[in-house]
Amino acid sequence: MAQEHNLAIFRGTVKFKNNVQKIWGVLIFLSIVTTIEVILGIFKPDFLVHTNFLHMKLLNWIFIILTLVKAYYITWDFMHMRDEKGSLKKAVVWTSVFLILYLTALILIEGNYIYDVYQDGFIKWDF
Amino acid sequence: MDTTVTNATTGKVWGGGNQPMGASYGKLMMWFFILSDALTFSGFLVSYGFSRFKFLDIWPIADEVFTHVPFFHGNYPMYYVAFMTFILIMSSVTMVLAVDAGHHMKQSKVAIYMFLTIIGGGIFVGSQAWEWGTFIKGSYGAVETRGGRILQFVDAETGHQVALADFATTIETDRVQHEAKNGIWFESESAGTTYRLEEVVAGVQSHENILVRTETINAEGKKTVLDRSESLEILNQAVGVVEGANLIHNEYGHRLFADFFFFITGFHGFHVFSGVMINLIIFFNVLLGTYEKRGHYEMVEKVGLYWHFVDLVWVFVFTFFYLV
Repeated sequence: MAQEHNLAIFRGTVKFKNNVQKIWGVLIFLSIVTTIEVILGIFKPDFLVHTNFLHMKLLNWIFIILTLVKAYYITWDFMHMRDEKGSLKKAVVWTSVFLILYLTALILIEGNYIYDVYQDGFIKWDF
Repeated sequence: MDTTVTNATTGKVWGGGNQPMGASYGKLMMWFFILSDALTFSGFLVSYGFSRFKFLDIWPIADEVFTHVPFFHGNYPMYYVAFMTFILIMSSVTMVLAVDAGHHMKQSKVAIYMFLTIIGGGIFVGSQAWEWGTFIKGSYGAVETRGGRILQFVDAETGHQVALADFATTIETDRVQHEAKNGIWFESESAGTTYRLEEVVAGVQSHENILVRTETINAEGKKTVLDRSESLEILNQAVGVVEGANLIHNEYGHRLFADFFFFITGFHGFHVFSGVMINLIIFFNVLLGTYEKRGHYEMVEKVGLYWHFVDLVWVFVFTFFYLV
């Protein structure tokens, strides 16, 4: 099965000679992404903190998107998802993505609602 | 390895020997487990998000909580967690190299890479234990109000937080710790905090430069610092001193923050710990030549999947606990 590896990443723009080289290449990429996250987290540039996009700070959007990018490369290259059949990819990714999106949306909306009750409602620190 | 099996059985799918989705039984079951565990972790992280949204304007700022690096004094937000993240990614890389060496049937290489992976996991768990210890011990101390809010103390000139020890006045008292041997056998109390509430309040009254900082986050994204008269006023609501963090009190801010910190990083740390244990077992099997005899190193690949998953979860914990 996993004997023959798909050695191209970034949609084929970067091709590695062998699997070991690909592993190191992905490590370098993941390290760069983490470094960017840490630098942004330490310095917190003002324009990113004070710009809101869809009810969230631009900085937080960047963090979440970079996290998903890292998650993709960990799953695809370290967990060899790139070499698995399409049906296995879909079974794992679609299931988790849809369930988690659904859960996140509902629970965060509910949390925000309770925040509003605390702010404008009659009840204060009751539960 | 055995892709030919699938070709041979085309036509009689129910006859056995057929691999669903082209993955072996063990790998497929590992993916089942990983998917369900991923949903468990998302449940935890989402409930963290729920509580945070609920108390959005008073939630602790992670940069101000995790500021310590071992062997260094001072204020270094993020550096140590970043180090932990790198350690875990590195151990993921050695793991995937072990899997690769296993495909080429190189026993000694698999063993070396497995060993490095175990070392990386050990460093990570140790770092997490240190982080827990620092968090439990606390750094400055604070007081808690009747409503459960935390009041911290800052220096009026620098705006930096001040430790209770730097300003609290020592007041003599006859009160001693009540121990079970001095009364009814089932009644005793814990040792109590280093400074009592009246000592802290007296300290604030006698030091003109001490101001109270509340949990409320202002428009600039910083915690609100009260002026001198408000500071003295709000201290009337204080009911106790808090040093460090546990499941009930948390000097850094909302107690739920501490609860989720212990729960989520603890659950993740337990995963890393079990990963190290499983890796150890596989490592010894590699040394004994079990997989050499078996003819393939698929077992290494399966624990590899679990180990990468632990790394994957940490990527999310790192983002939602420390960055966002």
